[in-house]
Amino acid sequence: MSALLELSRVTAFYGESQALFGVDLQVGEGEAVALMGRNGMGKTTTIRTIMRMLRHSDGSIRFSGRDLGPLASHRVARAGIGLVPEGRRCFAPLSVEENLVSAARSGPWDIAAVTRLFPRLGERLSQKAGLLSGGEQQMLAIGRALMTNPRLLILDEATEGLAPVVRQEIWAAIRDLKSAGLSILVVDKSIRELASVADRCVVLEKGESVWAGATGDLTHDVTARYLGV
Amino acid sequence: MFRETTVNTALVAILVAVPLVAQAAGEPFIITLATKVAIFAMAGVGLNIALGYGGLVSFGHAAFFGIGGYAAGILASHAQSYTPLMTWPFAIGGTQQMLIIWPVALAASGIAALVIGALSLRTSGVYFIMITLAFAQMVFYFAVSWPAYGGEDGLPIYVRDKFPGLNTLDPLQFFAVAFACFLLAVLVSVVLSRSRFGLALQGARQNVERVRAVGIDPYRLRLVAFVISGMITGLAGALYADLNRFVSPSMLSWQTSGEIMVFVILGGVGRHFGPLAGAALFILLEHELGSVSEYWQFLLGLLLLLVVLFAHGGLIGVLTRRPHRD
Repeated sequence: MSALLELSRVTAFYGESQALFGVDLQVGEGEAVALMGRNGMGKTTTIRTIMRMLRHSDGSIRFSGRDLGPLASHRVARAGIGLVPEGRRCFAPLSVEENLVSAARSGPWDIAAVTRLFPRLGERLSQKAGLLSGGEQQMLAIGRALMTNPRLLILDEATEGLAPVVRQEIWAAIRDLKSAGLSILVVDKSIRELASVADRCVVLEKGESVWAGATGDLTHDVTARYLGV
Repeated sequence: MFRETTVNTALVAILVAVPLVAQAAGEPFIITLATKVAIFAMAGVGLNIALGYGGLVSFGHAAFFGIGGYAAGILASHAQSYTPLMTWPFAIGGTQQMLIIWPVALAASGIAALVIGALSLRTSGVYFIMITLAFAQMVFYFAVSWPAYGGEDGLPIYVRDKFPGLNTLDPLQFFAVAFACFLLAVLVSVVLSRSRFGLALQGARQNVERVRAVGIDPYRLRLVAFVISGMITGLAGALYADLNRFVSPSMLSWQTSGEIMVFVILGGVGRHFGPLAGAALFILLEHELGSVSEYWQFLLGLLLLLVVLFAHGGLIGVLTRRPHRD
Protein backbone atom coordinates (compact mmCIF):
# COMPACT_ATOMS: atom_id res chain seq x y z
CA MET A 1 0.00 0.00 0.00
CA SER A 2 1.40 3.40 -0.97
CA ALA A 3 1.55 5.99 1.79
CA LEU A 4 -0.82 8.92 1.31
CA LEU A 5 0.44 10.76 4.36
CA GLU A 6 3.93 10.19 5.62
CA LEU A 7 5.58 11.84 8.62
CA SER A 8 9.14 10.98 9.29
CA ARG A 9 11.15 12.03 12.36
CA VAL A 10 9.02 15.16 12.79
CA THR A 11 10.01 17.52 15.58
CA ALA A 12 8.23 20.71 16.57
CA PHE A 13 8.42 23.46 19.16
CA TYR A 14 5.96 25.73 20.90
CA GLY A 15 8.25 28.73 21.24
CA GLU A 16 11.20 27.48 23.28
CA SER A 17 9.70 24.26 24.48
CA GLN A 18 9.89 21.17 22.35
CA ALA A 19 6.57 19.38 21.86
CA LEU A 20 7.41 16.72 19.28
CA PHE A 21 10.64 14.76 19.53
CA GLY A 22 10.36 12.54 16.47
CA VAL A 23 7.03 11.36 15.13
CA ASP A 24 6.84 8.68 12.46
CA LEU A 25 3.44 8.11 10.99
CA GLN A 26 2.01 6.70 7.79
CA VAL A 27 -1.50 6.59 6.48
CA GLY A 28 -2.01 4.55 3.33
CA GLU A 29 -4.59 5.08 0.62
CA GLY A 30 -7.95 3.88 1.98
CA GLU A 31 -6.45 3.07 5.36
CA ALA A 32 -7.66 4.12 8.80
CA VAL A 33 -4.98 4.85 11.35
CA ALA A 34 -5.49 5.60 15.04
CA LEU A 35 -3.15 8.03 16.73
CA MET A 36 -3.05 7.09 20.40
CA GLY A 37 -1.42 8.30 23.56
CA ARG A 38 -2.24 9.75 26.94
CA ASN A 39 -3.13 13.41 27.38
CA GLY A 40 -0.32 15.80 26.57
CA MET A 41 1.70 13.28 24.56
CA GLY A 42 1.48 15.26 21.33
CA LYS A 43 -1.50 13.91 19.42
CA THR A 44 -3.13 17.28 18.73
CA THR A 45 0.28 18.86 18.19
CA THR A 46 1.02 16.25 15.54
CA ILE A 47 -2.25 17.09 13.81
CA ARG A 48 -1.54 20.81 14.05
CA THR A 49 1.84 20.19 12.44
CA ILE A 50 0.28 18.21 9.60
CA MET A 51 -2.19 21.06 9.02
CA ARG A 52 0.68 23.61 9.13
CA MET A 53 -0.93 25.42 12.04
CA LEU A 54 2.40 24.75 13.68
CA ARG A 55 5.70 24.64 11.76
CA HIS A 56 7.82 21.58 12.26
CA SER A 57 11.50 22.20 12.79
CA ASP A 58 12.93 18.93 11.54
CA GLY A 59 11.89 15.80 9.71
CA SER A 60 9.49 15.71 6.80
CA ILE A 61 5.76 15.67 6.19
CA ARG A 62 4.63 14.46 2.79
CA PHE A 63 1.13 14.11 1.45
CA SER A 64 0.61 12.19 -1.75
CA GLY A 65 4.32 12.56 -2.41
CA ARG A 66 4.24 16.33 -1.95
CA ASP A 67 6.23 18.08 0.77
CA LEU A 68 3.78 19.98 2.98
CA GLY A 69 6.58 21.94 4.63
CA PRO A 70 6.39 25.12 2.57
CA LEU A 71 2.60 25.21 2.33
CA ALA A 72 0.30 27.64 4.14
CA SER A 73 -2.40 26.10 6.29
CA HIS A 74 -5.26 26.61 3.85
CA ARG A 75 -3.18 25.10 1.03
CA VAL A 76 -2.87 21.87 3.01
CA ALA A 77 -6.64 21.70 3.21
CA ARG A 78 -6.87 22.35 -0.51
CA ALA A 79 -4.31 19.63 -1.18
CA GLY A 80 -6.89 17.21 0.17
CA ILE A 81 -6.70 16.96 3.96
CA GLY A 82 -9.98 17.57 5.77
CA LEU A 83 -9.73 18.35 9.47
CA VAL A 84 -12.41 17.92 12.08
CA PRO A 85 -10.83 20.00 14.83
CA GLU A 86 -10.96 19.25 18.52
CA GLY A 87 -13.82 21.00 20.25
CA ARG A 88 -16.11 20.56 17.23
CA ARG A 89 -17.14 24.22 17.14
CA CYS A 90 -18.94 25.13 13.95
CA PHE A 91 -19.60 28.64 12.70
CA ALA A 92 -22.27 29.27 15.32
CA PRO A 93 -24.07 32.26 13.74
CA LEU A 94 -24.45 30.47 10.39
CA SER A 95 -27.12 27.90 9.61
CA VAL A 96 -26.27 24.23 9.08
CA GLU A 97 -26.59 24.68 5.32
CA GLU A 98 -24.45 27.83 5.35
CA ASN A 99 -21.78 26.03 7.36
CA LEU A 100 -21.68 23.30 4.74
CA VAL A 101 -21.74 25.67 1.76
CA SER A 102 -18.90 27.75 3.19
CA ALA A 103 -16.58 24.76 2.87
CA ALA A 104 -17.82 23.33 -0.42
CA ARG A 105 -15.36 22.19 -3.06
CA SER A 106 -16.42 20.22 -6.08
CA GLY A 107 -16.49 16.44 -5.78
CA PRO A 108 -18.79 13.62 -4.72
CA TRP A 109 -19.41 15.14 -1.29
CA ASP A 110 -22.18 17.69 -1.45
CA ILE A 111 -25.02 18.64 0.88
CA ALA A 112 -27.12 15.70 -0.31
CA ALA A 113 -24.31 13.23 0.42
CA VAL A 114 -23.62 14.73 3.86
CA THR A 115 -27.29 14.59 4.84
CA ARG A 116 -27.43 10.97 3.68
CA LEU A 117 -24.59 10.23 6.07
CA PHE A 118 -26.16 12.31 8.86
CA PRO A 119 -29.95 12.45 8.29
CA ARG A 120 -30.28 14.59 11.42
CA LEU A 121 -28.46 17.42 9.67
CA GLY A 122 -30.87 17.17 6.77
CA GLU A 123 -33.74 17.89 9.13
CA ARG A 124 -32.01 20.96 10.51
CA LEU A 125 -30.51 22.60 7.44
CA SER A 126 -31.90 26.05 8.21
CA GLN A 127 -31.19 25.93 11.94
CA LYS A 128 -28.37 28.00 13.44
CA ALA A 129 -25.35 25.81 14.11
CA GLY A 130 -24.98 27.35 17.57
CA LEU A 131 -28.38 25.95 18.56
CA LEU A 132 -27.56 22.35 17.67
CA SER A 133 -26.83 19.70 20.28
CA GLY A 134 -23.22 18.71 20.85
CA GLY A 135 -23.61 15.57 18.77
CA GLU A 136 -25.23 17.42 15.90
CA GLN A 137 -22.48 20.03 15.97
CA GLN A 138 -19.95 17.23 15.73
CA MET A 139 -21.81 15.76 12.78
CA LEU A 140 -21.80 19.20 11.18
CA ALA A 141 -18.06 19.57 11.79
CA ILE A 142 -17.48 16.22 10.07
CA GLY A 143 -19.89 17.17 7.28
CA ARG A 144 -18.09 20.46 6.76
CA ALA A 145 -14.75 18.69 6.48
CA LEU A 146 -16.26 16.25 3.99
CA MET A 147 -17.63 19.12 1.89
CA THR A 148 -14.02 19.99 1.01
CA ASN A 149 -13.89 16.55 -0.65
CA PRO A 150 -10.73 15.46 1.10
CA ARG A 151 -8.60 12.43 0.33
CA LEU A 152 -7.66 12.15 3.98
CA LEU A 153 -9.96 12.96 6.88
CA ILE A 154 -8.41 13.80 10.24
CA LEU A 155 -10.67 13.50 13.28
CA ASP A 156 -9.37 14.97 16.52
CA GLU A 157 -11.34 13.68 19.51
CA ALA A 158 -14.49 13.43 17.45
CA THR A 159 -16.64 11.87 20.15
CA GLU A 160 -15.33 13.64 23.22
CA GLY A 161 -18.00 14.69 25.69
CA LEU A 162 -20.89 13.16 23.78
CA ALA A 163 -23.65 10.86 25.03
CA PRO A 164 -23.00 7.14 24.35
CA VAL A 165 -25.86 6.87 21.84
CA VAL A 166 -24.56 9.80 19.83
CA ARG A 167 -21.04 8.39 19.95
CA GLN A 168 -22.32 5.17 18.42
CA GLU A 169 -23.91 7.16 15.63
CA ILE A 170 -20.68 8.99 14.90
CA TRP A 171 -18.56 5.86 15.02
CA ALA A 172 -20.99 4.20 12.64
CA ALA A 173 -20.56 7.12 10.26
CA ILE A 174 -16.77 6.92 10.53
CA ARG A 175 -16.94 3.19 9.73
CA ASP A 176 -19.12 4.02 6.69
CA LEU A 177 -16.56 6.54 5.50
CA LYS A 178 -13.79 4.01 5.95
CA SER A 179 -15.63 1.33 3.99
CA ALA A 180 -16.33 3.88 1.27
CA GLY A 181 -12.55 4.03 0.84
CA LEU A 182 -11.69 7.34 2.53
CA SER A 183 -8.33 7.48 4.29
CA ILE A 184 -8.73 8.41 7.94
CA LEU A 185 -6.45 9.51 10.75
CA VAL A 186 -8.31 9.42 14.02
CA VAL A 187 -7.53 10.47 17.58
CA ASP A 188 -9.81 9.30 20.35
CA LYS A 189 -9.85 8.06 23.90
CA SER A 190 -12.02 5.02 23.33
CA ILE A 191 -9.62 2.22 22.43
CA ARG A 192 -12.45 -0.20 21.80
CA GLU A 193 -14.07 2.00 19.20
CA LEU A 194 -10.74 2.88 17.65
CA ALA A 195 -9.99 -0.79 17.29
CA SER A 196 -13.25 -1.29 15.41
CA VAL A 197 -12.24 1.26 12.79
CA ALA A 198 -8.46 1.44 12.59
CA ASP A 199 -6.32 -0.87 10.49
CA ARG A 200 -3.22 0.32 12.27
CA CYS A 201 -2.29 2.23 15.42
CA VAL A 202 0.52 4.62 16.22
CA VAL A 203 1.22 5.33 19.89
CA LEU A 204 2.80 8.59 21.02
CA GLU A 205 4.70 8.98 24.27
CA LYS A 206 6.19 12.33 25.22
CA GLY A 207 6.08 13.64 21.67
CA GLU A 208 7.64 10.59 20.11
CA SER A 209 6.11 7.65 18.26
CA VAL A 210 6.98 4.63 20.36
CA TRP A 211 4.83 1.92 18.88
CA ALA A 212 3.26 1.31 15.51
CA GLY A 213 1.55 -1.75 14.18
CA ALA A 214 -1.61 -3.47 13.10
CA THR A 215 -4.54 -2.94 15.44
CA GLY A 216 -4.69 -6.69 16.05
CA ASP A 217 -1.15 -6.60 17.42
CA LEU A 218 -2.02 -3.98 20.02
CA THR A 219 -1.39 -6.11 23.07
CA HIS A 220 -2.52 -5.49 26.60
CA ASP A 221 1.11 -4.92 27.41
CA VAL A 222 1.33 -1.95 25.03
CA THR A 223 -1.95 -0.39 26.12
CA ALA A 224 -1.06 -0.76 29.78
CA ARG A 225 2.35 0.73 29.30
CA TYR A 226 1.53 3.70 27.07
CA LEU A 227 -2.14 4.31 27.41
CA GLY A 228 -2.65 3.48 31.09
CA VAL A 229 -5.45 0.97 30.54
CA MET B 1 -42.72 42.28 17.01
CA PHE B 2 -42.11 42.75 13.31
CA ARG B 3 -40.30 40.53 10.90
CA GLU B 4 -37.04 41.94 9.57
CA THR B 5 -38.36 42.01 5.99
CA THR B 6 -41.37 44.05 7.15
CA VAL B 7 -39.11 46.56 8.88
CA ASN B 8 -36.84 46.78 5.84
CA THR B 9 -39.76 47.27 3.46
CA ALA B 10 -41.21 49.97 5.71
CA LEU B 11 -37.86 51.78 5.87
CA VAL B 12 -37.46 51.76 2.10
CA ALA B 13 -41.09 52.83 1.64
CA ILE B 14 -40.56 55.78 3.97
CA LEU B 15 -37.37 56.75 2.17
CA VAL B 16 -39.28 56.81 -1.13
CA ALA B 17 -42.40 58.45 0.29
CA VAL B 18 -40.68 61.36 2.02
CA PRO B 19 -39.24 63.00 -1.14
CA LEU B 20 -42.46 62.39 -3.06
CA VAL B 21 -44.52 64.11 -0.37
CA ALA B 22 -41.91 66.87 -0.11
CA GLN B 23 -42.11 67.40 -3.87
CA ALA B 24 -45.88 67.74 -3.68
CA ALA B 25 -45.56 70.12 -0.74
CA GLY B 26 -42.88 72.15 -2.52
CA GLU B 27 -40.13 71.43 0.04
CA PRO B 28 -37.03 70.65 -2.04
CA PHE B 29 -34.81 70.82 1.04
CA ILE B 30 -36.49 67.72 2.47
CA ILE B 31 -35.73 65.89 -0.79
CA THR B 32 -32.09 66.82 -0.37
CA LEU B 33 -32.17 65.42 3.17
CA ALA B 34 -33.64 62.15 1.88
CA THR B 35 -30.93 62.02 -0.79
CA LYS B 36 -28.34 62.51 1.93
CA VAL B 37 -29.88 59.60 3.85
CA ALA B 38 -29.68 57.35 0.76
CA ILE B 39 -26.04 58.31 0.15
CA PHE B 40 -24.95 57.95 3.79
CA ALA B 41 -26.81 54.65 3.99
CA MET B 42 -24.91 53.47 0.92
CA ALA B 43 -21.60 54.45 2.50
CA GLY B 44 -22.74 52.45 5.52
CA VAL B 45 -23.70 49.45 3.38
CA GLY B 46 -20.12 49.48 2.12
CA LEU B 47 -18.63 49.61 5.61
CA ASN B 48 -21.10 46.96 6.78
CA ILE B 49 -19.52 44.41 4.44
CA ALA B 50 -16.18 44.84 6.22
CA LEU B 51 -17.51 45.54 9.71
CA GLY B 52 -20.72 43.53 9.83
CA TYR B 53 -19.77 40.41 7.91
CA GLY B 54 -16.01 40.42 8.15
CA GLY B 55 -15.73 41.80 11.68
CA LEU B 56 -13.15 44.26 10.36
CA VAL B 57 -13.48 47.44 12.39
CA SER B 58 -12.25 49.92 9.82
CA PHE B 59 -11.87 53.42 11.20
CA GLY B 60 -10.67 54.67 7.86
CA HIS B 61 -13.60 54.40 5.51
CA ALA B 62 -13.65 58.18 5.12
CA ALA B 63 -10.61 57.66 2.90
CA PHE B 64 -12.71 55.75 0.37
CA PHE B 65 -15.67 58.10 0.77
CA GLY B 66 -13.40 61.07 0.13
CA ILE B 67 -11.45 59.44 -2.71
CA GLY B 68 -14.75 58.71 -4.46
CA GLY B 69 -15.74 62.32 -3.84
CA TYR B 70 -12.48 63.69 -5.18
CA ALA B 71 -12.73 61.43 -8.25
CA ALA B 72 -16.01 63.16 -9.06
CA GLY B 73 -14.69 66.60 -8.12
CA ILE B 74 -11.42 66.39 -10.03
CA LEU B 75 -12.99 65.03 -13.22
CA ALA B 76 -15.72 67.66 -13.08
CA SER B 77 -13.29 70.51 -12.39
CA HIS B 78 -11.22 69.61 -15.46
CA ALA B 79 -14.35 69.41 -17.57
CA GLN B 80 -15.49 72.79 -16.26
CA SER B 81 -12.17 74.49 -16.96
CA TYR B 82 -11.60 72.63 -20.25
CA THR B 83 -8.14 71.58 -19.07
CA PRO B 84 -6.87 68.05 -19.60
CA LEU B 85 -6.47 65.81 -16.58
CA MET B 86 -3.19 64.59 -18.02
CA THR B 87 -1.35 64.88 -21.29
CA TRP B 88 1.27 62.18 -20.96
CA PRO B 89 1.53 59.30 -21.92
CA PHE B 90 -1.87 59.94 -23.45
CA ALA B 91 -4.29 62.81 -23.09
CA ILE B 92 -7.24 62.40 -20.73
CA GLY B 93 -9.76 65.16 -20.22
CA GLY B 94 -12.27 65.75 -17.47
CA THR B 95 -15.89 64.69 -17.68
CA GLN B 96 -19.23 65.52 -16.14
CA GLN B 97 -20.85 62.22 -17.06
CA MET B 98 -21.73 60.21 -13.98
CA LEU B 99 -21.51 57.00 -15.99
CA ILE B 100 -17.81 57.73 -16.53
CA ILE B 101 -17.19 59.29 -13.13
CA TRP B 102 -18.62 56.32 -11.22
CA PRO B 103 -16.30 53.66 -12.67
CA VAL B 104 -13.37 56.01 -11.98
CA ALA B 105 -14.57 56.54 -8.38
CA LEU B 106 -15.02 52.78 -7.96
CA ALA B 107 -11.58 52.05 -9.38
CA ALA B 108 -9.83 54.77 -7.37
CA SER B 109 -11.41 53.77 -4.05
CA GLY B 110 -10.92 50.09 -4.91
CA ILE B 111 -7.19 50.58 -5.52
CA ALA B 112 -6.90 52.61 -2.32
CA ALA B 113 -8.72 49.86 -0.41
CA LEU B 114 -6.44 47.24 -1.94
CA VAL B 115 -3.31 49.06 -0.78
CA ILE B 116 -4.66 50.04 2.64
CA GLY B 117 -6.26 46.62 3.15
CA ALA B 118 -3.19 44.67 2.05
CA LEU B 119 -1.14 46.37 4.76
CA SER B 120 -3.79 46.77 7.47
CA LEU B 121 -5.05 43.20 7.29
CA ARG B 122 -1.66 41.95 8.44
CA THR B 123 -2.71 43.26 11.84
CA SER B 124 -5.88 42.68 13.81
CA GLY B 125 -7.92 44.06 16.67
CA VAL B 126 -6.99 47.49 17.95
CA TYR B 127 -3.98 47.69 15.62
CA PHE B 128 -6.23 47.24 12.63
CA ILE B 129 -8.45 50.08 13.83
CA MET B 130 -5.44 52.34 14.35
CA ILE B 131 -3.72 51.54 11.08
CA THR B 132 -6.87 52.13 9.00
CA LEU B 133 -7.29 55.43 10.84
CA ALA B 134 -3.67 56.32 10.15
CA PHE B 135 -4.03 55.65 6.41
CA ALA B 136 -7.18 57.75 6.24
CA GLN B 137 -5.38 60.58 8.01
CA MET B 138 -2.55 60.33 5.49
CA VAL B 139 -5.03 60.75 2.65
CA PHE B 140 -6.69 63.61 4.55
CA TYR B 141 -3.45 65.54 5.01
CA PHE B 142 -2.48 64.85 1.42
CA ALA B 143 -5.73 66.45 0.25
CA VAL B 144 -5.27 69.40 2.59
CA SER B 145 -1.81 70.12 1.25
CA TRP B 146 -2.51 69.56 -2.43
CA PRO B 147 -3.09 73.05 -3.85
CA ALA B 148 -3.96 71.88 -7.36
CA TYR B 149 -7.38 70.74 -6.21
CA GLY B 150 -8.27 73.39 -3.69
CA GLY B 151 -6.29 72.11 -0.72
CA GLU B 152 -8.00 72.99 2.51
CA ASP B 153 -10.68 75.03 0.73
CA GLY B 154 -12.00 72.13 -1.28
CA LEU B 155 -13.15 71.94 -4.83
CA PRO B 156 -16.49 73.20 -6.18
CA ILE B 157 -18.53 71.38 -8.82
CA TYR B 158 -20.39 74.32 -10.39
CA VAL B 159 -22.97 72.29 -12.26
CA ARG B 160 -24.01 68.87 -10.96
CA ASP B 161 -22.67 65.98 -13.05
CA LYS B 162 -25.00 64.56 -15.67
CA PHE B 163 -26.84 61.29 -16.03
CA PRO B 164 -28.23 60.39 -19.47
CA GLY B 165 -31.93 61.08 -19.75
CA LEU B 166 -32.23 62.80 -16.38
CA ASN B 167 -32.00 66.31 -15.11
CA THR B 168 -29.77 65.80 -12.09
CA LEU B 169 -30.30 69.38 -10.96
CA ASP B 170 -33.89 68.46 -10.18
CA PRO B 171 -33.76 67.28 -6.54
CA LEU B 172 -36.24 64.45 -7.06
CA GLN B 173 -34.43 63.07 -10.10
CA PHE B 174 -31.09 63.22 -8.31
CA PHE B 175 -32.71 61.45 -5.36
CA ALA B 176 -33.81 58.70 -7.76
CA VAL B 177 -30.20 58.27 -8.92
CA ALA B 178 -28.88 58.07 -5.35
CA PHE B 179 -31.71 55.75 -4.27
CA ALA B 180 -31.09 53.37 -7.19
CA CYS B 181 -27.38 53.25 -6.31
CA PHE B 182 -28.23 52.56 -2.67
CA LEU B 183 -30.56 49.68 -3.62
CA LEU B 184 -27.91 48.26 -5.92
CA ALA B 185 -25.38 48.39 -3.08
CA VAL B 186 -27.78 46.55 -0.78
CA LEU B 187 -28.31 43.95 -3.48
CA VAL B 188 -24.56 43.43 -3.78
CA SER B 189 -24.33 43.08 -0.01
CA VAL B 190 -27.19 40.55 0.12
CA VAL B 191 -25.83 38.42 -2.72
CA LEU B 192 -22.33 38.58 -1.26
CA SER B 193 -23.38 37.61 2.26
CA ARG B 194 -25.22 34.53 1.00
CA SER B 195 -22.48 33.36 -1.33
CA ARG B 196 -19.82 30.88 -0.31
CA PHE B 197 -17.44 33.82 -0.13
CA GLY B 198 -19.70 35.74 2.24
CA LEU B 199 -20.36 32.71 4.43
CA ALA B 200 -16.64 32.02 4.74
CA LEU B 201 -16.12 35.70 5.58
CA GLN B 202 -18.61 35.43 8.42
CA GLY B 203 -16.95 32.19 9.48
CA ALA B 204 -13.56 33.88 9.57
CA ARG B 205 -14.93 36.51 11.93
CA GLN B 206 -15.58 33.71 14.39
CA ASN B 207 -12.56 31.50 13.88
CA VAL B 208 -9.74 31.93 11.41
CA GLU B 209 -8.25 28.48 11.84
CA ARG B 210 -11.47 26.73 11.00
CA VAL B 211 -11.66 28.71 7.78
CA ARG B 212 -8.12 27.66 6.91
CA ALA B 213 -9.05 24.06 7.71
CA VAL B 214 -11.59 24.12 4.88
CA GLY B 215 -9.00 25.42 2.44
CA ILE B 216 -9.68 29.14 2.43
CA ASP B 217 -7.03 31.81 2.93
CA PRO B 218 -8.59 34.26 5.42
CA TYR B 219 -6.23 37.05 4.39
CA ARG B 220 -7.33 37.02 0.77
CA LEU B 221 -10.94 36.57 1.80
CA ARG B 222 -10.81 39.68 3.98
CA LEU B 223 -8.84 41.68 1.46
CA VAL B 224 -11.44 41.07 -1.26
CA ALA B 225 -14.21 41.99 1.20
CA PHE B 226 -12.34 45.14 2.23
CA VAL B 227 -11.90 46.19 -1.40
CA ILE B 228 -15.58 45.66 -2.25
CA SER B 229 -16.48 47.49 0.95
CA GLY B 230 -14.23 50.44 0.06
CA MET B 231 -15.57 50.61 -3.49
CA ILE B 232 -19.21 50.88 -2.39
CA THR B 233 -18.31 53.60 0.11
CA GLY B 234 -16.28 55.30 -2.64
CA LEU B 235 -19.24 55.39 -5.00
CA ALA B 236 -21.33 56.89 -2.20
CA GLY B 237 -18.62 59.55 -1.89
CA ALA B 238 -18.89 60.42 -5.58
CA LEU B 239 -22.65 60.90 -5.17
CA TYR B 240 -22.15 62.95 -2.02
CA ALA B 241 -19.79 65.28 -3.89
CA ASP B 242 -22.48 65.76 -6.51
CA LEU B 243 -25.17 66.30 -3.91
CA ASN B 244 -23.21 69.13 -2.31
CA ARG B 245 -21.59 70.17 -5.59
CA PHE B 246 -18.49 70.49 -3.48
CA VAL B 247 -15.63 68.27 -2.30
CA SER B 248 -13.40 69.13 0.61
CA PRO B 249 -10.95 67.32 2.86
CA SER B 250 -13.67 67.12 5.52
CA MET B 251 -15.06 64.16 3.56
CA LEU B 252 -11.75 62.43 4.37
CA SER B 253 -11.65 63.38 8.04
CA TRP B 254 -11.77 60.87 10.86
CA GLN B 255 -15.10 62.34 11.96
CA THR B 256 -16.54 61.11 8.67
CA SER B 257 -15.14 57.62 9.35
CA GLY B 258 -16.80 57.78 12.75
CA GLU B 259 -20.11 58.90 11.29
CA ILE B 260 -20.20 56.07 8.75
CA MET B 261 -19.50 53.69 11.63
CA VAL B 262 -22.33 55.30 13.62
CA PHE B 263 -24.79 54.63 10.77
CA VAL B 264 -23.87 50.97 10.84
CA ILE B 265 -23.88 50.53 14.61
CA LEU B 266 -27.02 52.59 15.19
CA GLY B 267 -28.93 50.64 12.54
CA GLY B 268 -27.61 47.21 13.44
CA VAL B 269 -24.25 45.69 12.57
CA GLY B 270 -24.43 43.01 9.88
CA ARG B 271 -27.98 43.81 8.78
CA HIS B 272 -28.56 44.67 5.17
CA PHE B 273 -30.80 47.65 5.85
CA GLY B 274 -29.20 48.62 9.15
CA PRO B 275 -27.19 51.48 7.61
CA LEU B 276 -30.41 52.93 6.18
CA ALA B 277 -32.05 52.95 9.62
CA GLY B 278 -28.89 54.41 11.15
CA ALA B 279 -28.36 57.10 8.52
CA ALA B 280 -32.04 58.09 8.60
CA LEU B 281 -32.02 58.50 12.36
CA PHE B 282 -28.73 60.40 12.20
CA ILE B 283 -30.05 62.88 9.62
CA LEU B 284 -33.33 63.20 11.48
CA LEU B 285 -31.54 64.02 14.73
CA GLU B 286 -29.13 66.37 13.00
CA HIS B 287 -32.01 68.19 11.36
CA GLU B 288 -34.47 68.27 14.25
CA LEU B 289 -32.11 68.67 17.19
CA GLY B 290 -29.56 70.69 15.26
CA SER B 291 -32.05 73.53 15.02
CA VAL B 292 -32.69 73.35 18.78
CA SER B 293 -29.13 73.20 20.01
CA GLU B 294 -25.69 73.12 18.46
CA TYR B 295 -24.84 70.43 21.01
CA TRP B 296 -27.21 67.92 19.35
CA GLN B 297 -24.34 65.48 19.01
CA PHE B 298 -24.39 65.09 22.77
CA LEU B 299 -27.80 63.48 22.41
CA LEU B 300 -26.56 61.42 19.48
CA GLY B 301 -23.75 60.16 21.70
CA LEU B 302 -26.22 59.30 24.42
CA LEU B 303 -28.38 57.41 21.94
CA LEU B 304 -25.38 55.53 20.57
CA LEU B 305 -24.42 54.61 24.12
CA LEU B 306 -27.90 53.24 24.77
CA VAL B 307 -27.86 51.24 21.54
CA VAL B 308 -24.45 49.77 22.27
CA LEU B 309 -25.34 48.96 25.88
CA PHE B 310 -28.91 47.72 25.53
CA ALA B 311 -29.78 47.06 21.90
CA HIS B 312 -27.14 44.83 20.43
CA GLY B 313 -28.97 44.45 17.14
CA GLY B 314 -29.24 48.23 16.69
CA LEU B 315 -32.49 49.85 15.60
CA ILE B 316 -33.44 46.93 13.38
CA GLY B 317 -32.76 44.61 16.29
CA VAL B 318 -35.05 46.66 18.55
CA LEU B 319 -37.84 46.75 15.98
CA THR B 320 -37.64 43.03 15.30
CA ARG B 321 -36.74 42.07 18.88
CA ARG B 322 -34.02 39.89 17.44
CA PRO B 323 -30.60 40.83 18.65
CA HIS B 324 -29.05 38.62 15.99
CA ARG B 325 -29.25 38.52 12.24
CA ASP B 326 -31.84 36.19 10.67
